[in-house]
Amino acid sequence: MIESPSAPSIEVRALSKRFADDARAVIDDLSFSVPAQHSLCLLGPSGCGKTTLLRLLMGLEQPSGGEIRIHPELAQHMSYVFQEPRLVPWRTCLENVLLPLELTGRNDEASRANALDLLQQLGLQERLQHFPSELSGGMQMRVALARALVTRARIVLLDEPFAALDERTRFRMQDLLLALKSRLQLQYVFVTHSIAEAVYLGDRILLLDGSGRARDWREVDFPDRSQQLKLSPSFNALVQTYSQLFGEMEDSSAISNGGEVQR
Amino acid sequence: MIARCRAWMADKSPAWIFLAVVLSVWEAVVAKEWVASYLLPSPTQILQTTLEMWPEIYAATLSTANSIAWGLGWSAVSGVALALVFFAIPMVRRAVLPFCIFFQTVPIISIAPLLVIWFGFGQPTVRASAFIVSLFPILANTLTGLQETDPHLKELFRLYRPSPWQLVFKLQIPSAIPYILTGIKISAGLAVIGAIVGEFIAGGGLGSLIDAARTQQRVDLVFSGVVMSSALALLLVFIIELASRILLRGRPYLRKM
Repeated sequence: MIESPSAPSIEVRALSKRFADDARAVIDDLSFSVPAQHSLCLLGPSGCGKTTLLRLLMGLEQPSGGEIRIHPELAQHMSYVFQEPRLVPWRTCLENVLLPLELTGRNDEASRANALDLLQQLGLQERLQHFPSELSGGMQMRVALARALVTRARIVLLDEPFAALDERTRFRMQDLLLALKSRLQLQYVFVTHSIAEAVYLGDRILLLDGSGRARDWREVDFPDRSQQLKLSPSFNALVQTYSQLFGEMEDSSAISNGGEVQR
Repeated sequence: MIARCRAWMADKSPAWIFLAVVLSVWEAVVAKEWVASYLLPSPTQILQTTLEMWPEIYAATLSTANSIAWGLGWSAVSGVALALVFFAIPMVRRAVLPFCIFFQTVPIISIAPLLVIWFGFGQPTVRASAFIVSLFPILANTLTGLQETDPHLKELFRLYRPSPWQLVFKLQIPSAIPYILTGIKISAGLAVIGAIVGEFIAGGGLGSLIDAARTQQRVDLVFSGVVMSSALALLLVFIIELASRILLRGRPYLRKM
């Protein structure tokens, strides 16, 4: 465990969530904390409650029990990236990125300059006046990322944002996220059902199984992340471990629909 | 542009050929005197009458067009405004909308005499008649558009805690635009009907031209009036299409128009 000097940025205690029409708890007595400057990957098969946990963290859902504490300095600077880009179709690329600023009344010159800078960093400077329907899937996701960052977010919650992209684009987006993390001192919570993606992007991994509790919970220590890392023995060993855990979970038939996880 | 025109012509060529065949047969049938020309004048005869009577027909067409523009314009403004009120205050919607639907089912021809009593003979009645028949589709379509905002986009907006006004102006109205335009297009056709019916009763425009021609047994002139009123309806739809394209400047909205 890495000792963190400051208070944890996210602390979750005895969290539970059940939906009214479903007796089964999606999340049941879950506790964990994320140290400052650490990124967390939520890993698990489909239907295990990853997205629900992310929505709880954002406040899009209310917990049935337990509590979520976000560091007060960060709580006002959270943003969310949905599973699909979810761009407003009648707004151009630039207008989509400026939307959060308009809605929060911060559409001043400095913020606009920041937005343009972000779009440049994401390689979208040529596309400012294009509509979402004129952009590729990868570009749309980059616009969504810029929109999430334009409010000077400190914690970004991402819900399987790259799942629908082709593999090369996905690798590029992963590296882009890592670059933004160090450049903007971002923290992220990243939901995925890809084991390699979780190991690659997370400083910590929280493995959720179908019971609503965390099955495995560990620190990942790869100081240098680059695509070469994916060929290294230690990376593969970790992916192997999680693959086995996944296998056990599926064998125990706790999860009925946990496909598409094995590599 | 020329290429697109040519493609359009090619696309529509079966319709043009069919029209030409129908007109030729029509012309031949009348020329052979299989049908009496006082019952069915030939196309050339109708064209000739139209040209001869052009000043009169043109003035009548302008008058009708004016009434339609008034009626439809007010329908568009008040239909959208009413829909916004209904959308913002559900209680008002639940209280008033059922009566709007009931009102909609009353045939315009049965209300028209009442309009004459209230507004007198002439254009005010005609405008009111065009307004009444064209209001409901715009109202209903706008309301549907406002209510059918993509829930995913609503959730996205909610992340930034928008004010109700921001939600209406930045999300709900833009979402409703395709619906509003569809409503206006439906209403355009109805406004023409409303105006002609109003003119049958209150006088003026193509409606009374047709009615007067009927009493004089001038079937050719009746046909001229009919052709002009459908030309007016077509022109109106074309203008609305063009105006919406200019207004939206190629912005892709949720639904294809």
